[in-house]
Amino acid sequence: MSGVLVIAEQRRGELRPVSLELLGAAQALGGLPVAVAVLAPNPARFVPALSVPGVAEVITVELAISEFDPDTFESAVGALIRARAPAVVLMAHSVDSFGYAAALAARHGYGFATDVFKVERTGGELIATRGGYGQKVNVEVDFPGRDTVILALRANVFKPPEGTAAPVVSAFEAPAVESRSLGREYIEPPGGDDVDMSTAEFILSIGRGIGEEAKVAQFRELAQALGATLGCSRPIADAGWLPKSRQVGQSGKTASACKLYVAMGVSGAIQHLAGMKHVATIVAVNTDAEASIFSVAKYGIVGDIFEIAEELRRHF
Amino acid sequence: MKILVAVKQVAALEEDFEFRADGRDVDGDFLVMDLNEWDDYSLEEAVKIKEACGGAVEIVAVSVGPPTVDEALRKCLAKGADRAVRIWDEAMRGSDSIAVARILAAAARAEAPDLLFAGVQSSDQAVAATGIATAGFLGWPHAAVVSQFTYTPGAATAVLRRELEGGLLHELEIRTPAVLTIQLGINTPRYASLRSIKQAAAKPIELRTLADLSLNAAEAGSSARVRRMYVPDKGRAELIEGSAAEQAKRLAAIIRESTGAA
Repeated sequence: MSGVLVIAEQRRGELRPVSLELLGAAQALGGLPVAVAVLAPNPARFVPALSVPGVAEVITVELAISEFDPDTFESAVGALIRARAPAVVLMAHSVDSFGYAAALAARHGYGFATDVFKVERTGGELIATRGGYGQKVNVEVDFPGRDTVILALRANVFKPPEGTAAPVVSAFEAPAVESRSLGREYIEPPGGDDVDMSTAEFILSIGRGIGEEAKVAQFRELAQALGATLGCSRPIADAGWLPKSRQVGQSGKTASACKLYVAMGVSGAIQHLAGMKHVATIVAVNTDAEASIFSVAKYGIVGDIFEIAEELRRHF
Repeated sequence: MKILVAVKQVAALEEDFEFRADGRDVDGDFLVMDLNEWDDYSLEEAVKIKEACGGAVEIVAVSVGPPTVDEALRKCLAKGADRAVRIWDEAMRGSDSIAVARILAAAARAEAPDLLFAGVQSSDQAVAATGIATAGFLGWPHAAVVSQFTYTPGAATAVLRRELEGGLLHELEIRTPAVLTIQLGINTPRYASLRSIKQAAAKPIELRTLADLSLNAAEAGSSARVRRMYVPDKGRAELIEGSAAEQAKRLAAIIRESTGAA
């Protein structure tokens, strides 16, 4: 086929939004035919959602298990790649992909790059761009001598195609595999307070810089006054100062609707930056002028977050 | 029982830095090295298993890198690793996660641990691939982004929770030996005491070459090649200057403008 094979991602019966973003990215690959595979029990249910312009074929792969399993995915996606010989495989840079993509690339000698936010193909040559050194630089990579390249793409970067189409639908039989792990159950994060960060347009976020739990109240009140949703970076959620449901960044809730992000005392650990880089307006307030967050922010304030918070409160 | 903990010495950029003449990396003079943040957690997880069973566990920290990496390995020795192994060959310079994983897999075959821990990702390049690629080369069971781990030394399986997007957890049981990539927050890493830092300074760091592991540099191929590295156009933030009152006033205006509440 030597086209593009997109691996759609579903969880608990729902297609993850990044799946359609991958299809958007596939269209930028110089007109290569695009096939999208969906691996799940009863995969046909996902066909309508994946039938978008630019998709030539939807491949359904029936799995016996509904939850992600590394052995099952490595085996099924590996078999698909061998059967279809795609030039490019696109998947999400997600926790599920973390669980098998590198093993697949390593075993079969595929070209491989992760957290890719730009991809282009000129004159048959594939070039992927990702961040380096804590997102402070961009790194352009290519894959000399590799017939197949797996790219894991960052979420919230590529635009999903709009409209519907009528691709060919075919079924692919995954080889039998004896999995070495057994999924038990999903567990919701504890202490959720019914906030949905994925729909919040304005997020005021706090990080390690607040220093102590007693200070959370001041920012909760400020967020309310500003009409913002209060979020936090990983250390605040890990410490239990705010529920996990309020954590934003790569491993937190995808803040996909966020347009304004005010980060107070967030230094900008790599996973936080990767997860928030898509936001149009980021304002960072930090005492440390060298904090990484300033490299993704549009505006920066070097100063004391408590003082700025107090002064800001007067305006609302 | 033995736990192998794969660690990486990561590089942060100095505030002002320059690229190498070939434009494919930052000039090494502008890098500040440290032990990867994630590796602190995977080492602590190994130490916790050892303490919980009264000590019949050997913890071996292993890293692929030049002599400067010894500093990161000494940190591991000070925090509870029993041994430290460094593998290096000048031909490895510039290798990516997949090439490093091939070497780690060879080291794991030689050490034959019951568990291999690695960080989910590194704080510098954040590829999030080394641990799982190592499992791929070894053909071992593996799980990524582990935020809770339960294992009794000698048991045939371990129970763990993967941390999915949004904090959702997925619990599963996995056969051992296995490779696990460990997520931040799984535990609270300890600080090394002055005494243990002193003791670590006197411990040997075992050196291995590729030949010791029956590998050669030509095999240790990377999965991608860096064409160029550059500072993105967006660059650094526009700094809002002035007193706190002035800065807050401007911030209020930005908020009103962005939220359309002007």
